[in-house]
Amino acid sequence: MDIKETLNAVKQRKLSVKQRVERALKTIEDHKDLNAFTQVFAEEALEKAKILDDRLAAGKETGALAGVIMAIKDNINIKDHKTTCASKILESFISPFDATVIEKLKAADVIFIGKTNMDEFAMGSSSENSIFGAVKNPHDPERVAGGSSGGSAVAVAIGACDAALGSETGGSIRQPASFTGLVGVKPTYGRVSRYGLVAYASSLDQIGAFAKTSEDAALILKTIAGHDVHDSTSATEPVPDYDRVVGKEIKGLKIGLPEEYFAEGLDPEIRSGIMNAVRRLEKEGAKIETFSLPQTRYAIATYYIIATAEASSNLARYDGVRYGYRAQDAGDLNEMYEKTRSEGFGEEVKRRILLGTYVLSAGYYDAYYKKAMQVRRLIKDELNSAFQKYDAIVTPTTPTTAFRLGEKIDDPLTMYLMDIYTVTANLAGICAMNVPVGKNSDRLPFGLQIMAPAFKEDRLFQLGAFFEK
Amino acid sequence: MSVSVKDVEYIAGLAKLRLKEEELPKLTEQLNKILNYVEHLNELDTTEVEPLAHPLEMKNVFRPDELKTSLSREKALANAPQRTDEYFTVPKVVRR
Repeated sequence: MDIKETLNAVKQRKLSVKQRVERALKTIEDHKDLNAFTQVFAEEALEKAKILDDRLAAGKETGALAGVIMAIKDNINIKDHKTTCASKILESFISPFDATVIEKLKAADVIFIGKTNMDEFAMGSSSENSIFGAVKNPHDPERVAGGSSGGSAVAVAIGACDAALGSETGGSIRQPASFTGLVGVKPTYGRVSRYGLVAYASSLDQIGAFAKTSEDAALILKTIAGHDVHDSTSATEPVPDYDRVVGKEIKGLKIGLPEEYFAEGLDPEIRSGIMNAVRRLEKEGAKIETFSLPQTRYAIATYYIIATAEASSNLARYDGVRYGYRAQDAGDLNEMYEKTRSEGFGEEVKRRILLGTYVLSAGYYDAYYKKAMQVRRLIKDELNSAFQKYDAIVTPTTPTTAFRLGEKIDDPLTMYLMDIYTVTANLAGICAMNVPVGKNSDRLPFGLQIMAPAFKEDRLFQLGAFFEK
Repeated sequence: MSVSVKDVEYIAGLAKLRLKEEELPKLTEQLNKILNYVEHLNELDTTEVEPLAHPLEMKNVFRPDELKTSLSREKALANAPQRTDEYFTVPKVVRR
């Protein structure tokens, strides 16, 4: 059942919210081995369900998403609950405030069923870098769910919730959505307030959603988007009714296929699946054209310099003084800092802090960080000029389907290269979305990526809904 | 460019990280592999390109300068690993 059907059934009292929550809790219990959740809010969710059922029965007004169940990535703050970021350094941190997205979802009467597992501080492409252990893919538990928002993807895929929030810095929603067969939307930078999202790389970070359909994702984005005084980088652009574009015909839309995204390294089964979907667009009257985005090959290098530089600065706040883990038996303050951070951060986080510190350090700033910022402009300009010609760009989301647990964990560079098709959207600040379009011969799902200009999320949902028909 | 084990130890110091002796060779190798990879950015001539630090390029976002309530002291101290009633406490900074 999609969200609109659920809302109707709940409103007409054909479905009790309490029963929905009970079913969700059972689903979580049945799939415990997939490791999707870091915390489950059973009691609280049941209480909230009862309140909603009572209000609905009494004919009282309820929020726009009353009865909808969601899971939240464990780097987004919910008041009086832990925000662990799957890190030892924040393991016991209890948030004193709600993120803006949480405030908005609470106002819409969404029920939070729990917080989801992830790569520590959202650093990773497999959700294996977690103190809670690796997240497993429901389509094949020997394989990764993708990352960093792997837990949120699995939570929706197994039916533990109607939708989930994730966050993206370089593909962390779209890639796990592709690996688990879901819709995953990364909104335009600034479209959704980052207030209350634990910072990784602030010029790239953005909150987005996982859902079963484009329309569901549109409903969630409509609820969480908008300007926020608490986030000075949030955009003042008005928020349209994204769900209205579902079903709108795509005839006449100009779609570009960048040849670099179909080059060597792409799994042939994914290529043919994407091309089948493209042919459907063409048949429906969209104009398809192949073109070139030559800067694509520089995106990964640019991304990993900028993201780690910003991370090394953002993660300086974890010093063991005001919150989080503190190492014991330190002789002086400096030793306390060093021991706390060394014991509190995992391997990949340390690696990125080191890389970021290096590219920002005296003598190397120009060669790495400044250079990357310059290339970032070239990448953004190139994409923007492509959008002068095309309404949207269509590509595969990932070069392969879900890989095996442990397969790439010891080879960071190979893991980074998995993000090749997704990081460009983050660097340019545009919006992009994964839509599931098929499964390979091993029954593993893969998705198609739609990229649209900044603040043109409606095109993502319009095209996404077309592929779901 | 490549980094030595000594460089990595130095960077770790800047980042307030203390690495174990046995971690160093592997980390150095991994960092070199990544640094080696990003080297290909130098194929691009960027002399005239203005660096892009932020995708929205907004300037001077102001808010009214108004008095508002913020976190209470008790709430702000609630997550402290070590504290007194009013302060965060840390190991000695100045040696006698």
